Amino acid sequence: MDWFLRNAWIIPALPTVSFLVILLFGKRFPNRGSEVGVTAVGAAFLLSILTGIAWIMRSTAGAEGIRPTVSRDLFVWFQLGARQTNFGIRVDGFTVMLLFMVTFVSLMVHVFSLEYMRGDRRYTYFYAALSLFTASMLVMVTAPTTLQLLLGWEGMGVCSFMLIGHWWEDKDNSDAALKAFLTTRTGDIGLLIGIAMTYFIAGGSFDIQKINEAALSGRTDQTLLLVAGIAFLWAAIGKSAQFPLHTWLPDAMAGPTPVSALIHAATMVVGGVYLISRFYGLFSKAFHIFTPGHSGFNLVAVVGAITIIIAAFLAFVQHDIKKVLAYSTISQLGYMVMALGVGAWTAAIFHLFTHAFFKADLFLGAGSVSHSGSHHSFDMKKDMGGLRKPMPITFITFLIGSAALSGIFPLAGFWSKDEIVVGAGHDGYATFMVIAVIGAVLTAGYMTRCVWLTFFGEFRGHGHPHESPREITVPLVILSAMAVIAGWLNAFGLHDFTKWTENPITAAAMSAAKVTEAKFSLPAAVISVAVVLASIGVVWIYYEYHAFGFFHERTRRSRPARAGYVVLENKYYLDDLYTDGIVYSIKSPIARAAYWFDQHIIDSVVNGIAVSSRWIASVVYRYIDQDLIDGAVNGAGFSAEEGASVLRQTQTGRVQQYAAIFFGVGVVVFGVGLLALTHAF
Amino acid sequence: MLLNEFLFLAAFLFCTGVYGVLARKNGVLVLMSIELILNAVNINLIAFGAFNNTITGQVFALFVIAVAAAEVGIGLAIVLLIYRNRQSIDLDKVDLMKG
Repeated sequence: MDWFLRNAWIIPALPTVSFLVILLFGKRFPNRGSEVGVTAVGAAFLLSILTGIAWIMRSTAGAEGIRPTVSRDLFVWFQLGARQTNFGIRVDGFTVMLLFMVTFVSLMVHVFSLEYMRGDRRYTYFYAALSLFTASMLVMVTAPTTLQLLLGWEGMGVCSFMLIGHWWEDKDNSDAALKAFLTTRTGDIGLLIGIAMTYFIAGGSFDIQKINEAALSGRTDQTLLLVAGIAFLWAAIGKSAQFPLHTWLPDAMAGPTPVSALIHAATMVVGGVYLISRFYGLFSKAFHIFTPGHSGFNLVAVVGAITIIIAAFLAFVQHDIKKVLAYSTISQLGYMVMALGVGAWTAAIFHLFTHAFFKADLFLGAGSVSHSGSHHSFDMKKDMGGLRKPMPITFITFLIGSAALSGIFPLAGFWSKDEIVVGAGHDGYATFMVIAVIGAVLTAGYMTRCVWLTFFGEFRGHGHPHESPREITVPLVILSAMAVIAGWLNAFGLHDFTKWTENPITAAAMSAAKVTEAKFSLPAAVISVAVVLASIGVVWIYYEYHAFGFFHERTRRSRPARAGYVVLENKYYLDDLYTDGIVYSIKSPIARAAYWFDQHIIDSVVNGIAVSSRWIASVVYRYIDQDLIDGAVNGAGFSAEEGASVLRQTQTGRVQQYAAIFFGVGVVVFGVGLLALTHAF
Repeated sequence: MLLNEFLFLAAFLFCTGVYGVLARKNGVLVLMSIELILNAVNINLIAFGAFNNTITGQVFALFVIAVAAAEVGIGLAIVLLIYRNRQSIDLDKVDLMKG
């Protein structure tokens, strides 16, 4: 069975090949290339399952009962001097989990898009980009070195850019694509700095394992670790849309809905979480996550906590169903980052795992609603409402996804969120435990609002909503089934997920600090479910029975409430701060200086060059070209003509004259030769 | 017998031939003059051969006679064609190559 682990490189290779085939020959296929993408991702999914089984069956003979990691170098990527960098794979439990999750969600999205994108003007191109994206993500999760990680990371960024701007004819869409790309690039600066720094931390190696070991060895300077940690955290903030770089993700909803489900909910945006989890040796050391006697606060957890709360509030004021889900994604990513900050490594990646299924389910559900229910609109207040009757499958699956996201027992979100809550309380991070519970309350609230506005009340749109066809409902059903069962992998008493993904680096970091995994705690679970249910109940009554009259239309009547609403409407003015504050203040003086420089220096240089070259040109024309060159050419012609007219007179045509000249010359030559010979001897 | 006498005879014949080639207007006479030049050479070859007691000179002379026969054949054919085209064999009038 180890064959599957040793040859896991085939999984990223399949969508790479599919990308090339679709790009080059896609339009010649009967279904314009989509069948190639679905087949490749389907095959990759099957291989991922087999790889997962191979991993679970692998003996735990390694150190401390952890399954040994499988590493393999495939070929020399490049060589600089004596130092060579290999392209390879490293497969451990975390990687296997991500391989399964990515190929699963990607397959669902590929199938969903068959119907959703049907007849699109760039259908083939869409599938090519989806394949390339899947390949990049798979390269990133199997990367043994930081450089290979960077390759996958940036590949995903490019695909995200291309797919957000899929309908680029609309200026808003191409603006959103640019914003997403540039904002994540701002974070990528941190990644580049981090890669450069960790190269030296590991003593001249890009190997992730060596970097973590060097960080944990205790021989590296703490300040160096902290700066490298902050650089990587900054990269994660950009990619995983954490505060303060979260602003790109809601705008990224301009892309097609399957793209939002795949890239901006389940896979790419967890790249930042993946980065922190992969470098957990570095992070836990740099931010003193496990160090006994820590302050109970650190930058990673604080960033995550701020993100949870601000994004959850923003989700309450959105009219666009996809934007609600986008802010929800930001908030859930905040959970993962916060969990990593409080030392709950397993809880973080478990939440990453379960979140992928129910969030992809919710996004595809929103896509289904817009496809068949609301005439391609995503506005909950204007074009939706009461859709539970015409779209029963979409409704049920969306409801399951929402319940899972809200953390209702026994769905997936309950288990993972509960682990984060317990994990935060377990190791002296009580503040963040409270924030996790508040976040859960807010999540339940905005999801209830979203479900009510979409599926309950009166239908506010026009036309006749109907259920979506099978290509759309089947992925929804499968994903919602996963949203139900995925959490049981790590239910209390089972903890299979923990065992399967157990990581030597994290284990080493934890055992060094004598920290143990958190245990399931019944009171915490009961309390969190109770507050979530209470939150759902309150929001439900508010909408369904129009209760709590005090709050209705409050923003119209009360100045403070109105002010708060305006702040939320404007997304805390962060976008304005970035565009008008930071970008403009940098851009404006530079632009003016550049304009002055352009007008005065560049233009005068250009004009000077033009004037002087004109003068030189006229001199050249008059003297060199006209006199010298033309003179030489004419002279050659003239002299040839003159010479010829002299010489032609010797051409009399009379043979005897020629013979006479010949004879004369012969006599002279012979005579001279004879004289020379007689004198010589 | 002296070699000189043969050489003088050959020189006389050669000069006569050269004069004929350069001065005569008649094409046939020019060809005959060329024959004179060739025979002057033949006399020289045979004389030197006899003088040196070899037959190489005679063999060479036989070759020259054979070549001269071929040459005259072609030369007379040319003259005949010139006559047919221009009703004259005056070489001064054959100046188509005049530049």
